[in-house]
Amino acid sequence: MDKLVIAGREFDSRLMVGTGKFASNQAMLAAMEHSGCEIVTVALRRVDIDNPEDSLLSQIDPNRYLLLPNTSGARDAEEAIRLARLARAAGCEPWVKLEVTPDPYYLLPDPVETLKAAEILVKEGFIVLPYMPADPVLARHLEEAGTATVMPLGAPIGTNRGIRTRDLISIIIEQASIPVVVDAGLGAPSHAAEAMEMGADAVLVNTALADTPDPGAMGRAFKKGVEAGREAYLAGLGPQRDKAEASSPLTGFLRD
Amino acid sequence: MTLIINGQQRNFETQLTIHQLLNKLELTADRVVVELNREILTVEAHDTLLKDGDTLEVIQFVGGG
Repeated sequence: MDKLVIAGREFDSRLMVGTGKFASNQAMLAAMEHSGCEIVTVALRRVDIDNPEDSLLSQIDPNRYLLLPNTSGARDAEEAIRLARLARAAGCEPWVKLEVTPDPYYLLPDPVETLKAAEILVKEGFIVLPYMPADPVLARHLEEAGTATVMPLGAPIGTNRGIRTRDLISIIIEQASIPVVVDAGLGAPSHAAEAMEMGADAVLVNTALADTPDPGAMGRAFKKGVEAGREAYLAGLGPQRDKAEASSPLTGFLRD
Repeated sequence: MTLIINGQQRNFETQLTIHQLLNKLELTADRVVVELNREILTVEAHDTLLKDGDTLEVIQFVGGG
């Protein structure tokens, strides 16, 4: 199928995977492996110096996966920029999932701080993938600022509620010239398929893969959902209609 | 020498470089990022000698969405 291109780099997979909330490293790696993903998000946190854990970096093969550090935890642009710079100093390629979520209850992205941070990070040479509300006007501002994608939410992080922002995401997809990645709230493969059928370029899923007894199987299921949705979109989906249009012929009935 | 590391005060008998501190804490230098007095350091700067009252953040990658 057709390749996903972000910042000039090609990917076969349109499913990005978040590495949070898994019961174990094995579970996380199973989800990643079976999802066919090539891009995984990670977070940055303080080391517990009393009890340092083995680094996540020792688990994830950097030749196989592109690490996309997120700025989760940032409450404003300044904190997000600091996190992005820290990730870059770790020797990562300068890709960053920009995430500015001051409210811990709904974890909604702050549009003002996100745009402010995006403008600065793009100027510093980062490849910025901003997590954003499903706001087409903001999407246009972010694109003008030079972000590599826009990542509108389907529903708040971790809610598994599917695409609650459908109409606005449709407008973003219609208007954006950069890839649109539906991120957050996708709780089932059917949600991921829906995003792809709408014309999204990719999706990002975390909770749905972690919050299941069989992350590997769920990874496979989401992989199929994303591929099915993309294939249907490329094939061309028929319109929705108000009244019935028969599927079988209207002549030759066994009656006069 | 007193250092503040990740918000916690720690005392050390001798002066240490960042490299020595990471060894002492049993951390791998290329798996963490160090910020010294709000300045992000590259691995090359890990020879820096720490002084009393220095504030450090030692950061690593963890799972996240």
